[in-house]
Amino acid sequence: MAEAALKQTPVAAMIATLDQPSGGWSDAARKDALARVQSMGLPQRRDEYWKYTRPDTLIQPEALPAALRVSDEVALFDHIDRLKIVFVDGVFDADASDDLTLEGINIERLADASADIHWARDLYGTLETRGQSPVARPLAALNTAFAPDGILIHVTAKVSKPVNFIYRRTSETADAMLHHCIKLEEGAELTLLENGPVAARFNGVLEVEVADNAAFHHVRAQGRDHEQRAATHIFTRLGTESTFKSFTLTANGVMTRNDCVIELTGDDANATVAGACVGDGSDFHHDDTVFVTHDAVNCESRQVFKKVLRNGATGVFQGKILVKAGAQKTDGYQISQSLLLDEDSQFLAKPELEIYADDVACSHGSTSGAIDEDALFYLRSRGVPHGAATDLLTLAFLAEAVTEVEDETLREEITGRLADWLERHAH
Amino acid sequence: MLSIKGLKVKLEDEDKQILKGVDLEIEAGKVHAIMGPNGSGKSTLSYVLSGKDGYEVTGGSATLEGVDLLDMEPEERAAAGLFLAFQYPVEIPGVGNMTFLRTAVNAQRKARGEEEMSAAEFLKVVRARAKELKIDAEMLKRPVNVGFSGGEKKRNEILQMAMLEPKMCILDETDSGLDVDAMKLVAEGVNALRTEGRGFLVITHYQRLLDHIKPDVVHIMADGRIIKTGGPELALEVENNGYADILAEVA
Ligand SMILES: Nc1ncnc2c1ncn2[C@@H]1O[C@H](COP(=O)(O)OP(=O)(O)OP(=O)(O)O)[C@@H](O)[C@H]1O
Ligand SMILES: [Mg+2]
Repeated sequence: MAEAALKQTPVAAMIATLDQPSGGWSDAARKDALARVQSMGLPQRRDEYWKYTRPDTLIQPEALPAALRVSDEVALFDHIDRLKIVFVDGVFDADASDDLTLEGINIERLADASADIHWARDLYGTLETRGQSPVARPLAALNTAFAPDGILIHVTAKVSKPVNFIYRRTSETADAMLHHCIKLEEGAELTLLENGPVAARFNGVLEVEVADNAAFHHVRAQGRDHEQRAATHIFTRLGTESTFKSFTLTANGVMTRNDCVIELTGDDANATVAGACVGDGSDFHHDDTVFVTHDAVNCESRQVFKKVLRNGATGVFQGKILVKAGAQKTDGYQISQSLLLDEDSQFLAKPELEIYADDVACSHGSTSGAIDEDALFYLRSRGVPHGAATDLLTLAFLAEAVTEVEDETLREEITGRLADWLERHAH
Repeated sequence: MLSIKGLKVKLEDEDKQILKGVDLEIEAGKVHAIMGPNGSGKSTLSYVLSGKDGYEVTGGSATLEGVDLLDMEPEERAAAGLFLAFQYPVEIPGVGNMTFLRTAVNAQRKARGEEEMSAAEFLKVVRARAKELKIDAEMLKRPVNVGFSGGEKKRNEILQMAMLEPKMCILDETDSGLDVDAMKLVAEGVNALRTEGRGFLVITHYQRLLDHIKPDVVHIMADGRIIKTGGPELALEVENNGYADILAEVA
């Protein structure tokens, strides 16, 4: 009994390993976040929101090591003109990064932004806090409280080229936490690219405030190091006639949980979150959890998730559309599908709709299935070998999610990566 | 060219014999037609020859130019020169028609140790062939057979045949669902491919197609067997009198 009482709670054990940055405008937000996570506690297996994904390895104080993958391939987005911001083992690397000046945009490192009064003060932790109800997201609060690094971007115009966060690993054990904030002012536009494995374990938060008529495009490729673990959160709030589009490509990673919390608060806004995931192996686990709140008139939201799972891989999708009273003319769409390439793989889906307005059109669907045998035979009867035919059908399956990426060059780049992956993981 | 001897086939999962000993010899340069009542086993024969799952060969053989077909994977049969125009062409969402055609052409070339067709050459050839079949550029861009009308699907089968230039072509009811003009187009497409070295097996219910594609030999299949073989006049007899007389004759 006495021993049990002495035992630390998981959240206390985790906090004991972390240092809270202090001495600036973010202090108050961090203090609040610490109180939040302490009262919520870290995710537990019994939590409804973690029903399909074991949080164990994400909440234990020390990260499990992850082997570094050696690769000679050209990095994604390499031939795209973009502003590079490089992180090594979860720490900003100024030398490897481009000069952070670009017209219409102000970029700063979170760790350096020490001014007492800062534009990010109103954003840092704000959207995360809003995203804590109705479901608690303790790992995000933990991140707000402790993230030592990250990037703050203030966008005031249409930016001429994408900003690219590039993540590199040199350590097998790095346990990284990054918190990025992006604020798009009225009419501003930005494309954010993210690629590479961040660390052996990564806790990431991205808060994006999209003002009226602004547009944010996000394409992310989570690194392919097989043993890595990641829990990421995107929080966004959309103003009138604004656009938010986020696409994530995930290949490998033993444990990935991607939360995306979208709030449509201005009329006629448009939000899309999509993902293509390919997983190989019984230790592969990938979870997309999405929560979209419609709180304005005539908004459209789309959730499009496709997962290809094989050799015992597991995919999870939890997606909710909440339409608040008054959010008339809402158009909500949600689809999650998995292609199971063998009987050992599994897909667990929990699609939800909660609607308090009467004039809305919401649809959701979730399927899991194998390769279409008739299509496979048709292709083979034309001379396409079994493996190539399977790949062709697999890419076709994923295409519906990839199509959600607006830019054609980026779309082709993503498709190329998926094709490479399929080839490398030959049958 | 295609030599089928005593071919017996049953369903893999069911104790149901469908082909009960089929004998058929198709020489290079010839067009053979098979007619026969619904359910007699015509499509089954075409599927078994092209390697579809779900059937079990319980006896007999099938060879293409002396090579055992039944031992090969479907793609190997295709590369060896066998082509089946499906009775029900399959829709493949997400795979563009052009990508599909090019992948197929080059896969077969690769399997035969030939050089792949360049993108430019392929485009030139496919455009010319498509034009002959009145398949427009927009249809080529669409996903394979998705949203195609019945007739468009059949024309698309013939386009594939024209691009793949097989040695042995099996057409399973390619005429069904075609309007009169489309039937002519398809027949012209087939006739253009009639050469010394190529054999055809045309499965059909109607004389109409055979007016355009003149067969050398006509077979009647019933209950899993070829029960009668003759010249083009046999098709006319079926057209006029149905199968009753022929069935009675052999019974
Ligand atoms: N996979 C299958 N499962 C069950 N029955 C089958 C299967 N394939 C064929 N059969 C049966 O075998 C018989 C022959 O079918 P098949 O499709 O070969 O006939 P067909 O001669 O092509 O007919 P049609 O003129 O109507 O196209 C039919 O009784 C059919 O129901
Ligand atoms: Mg048939």
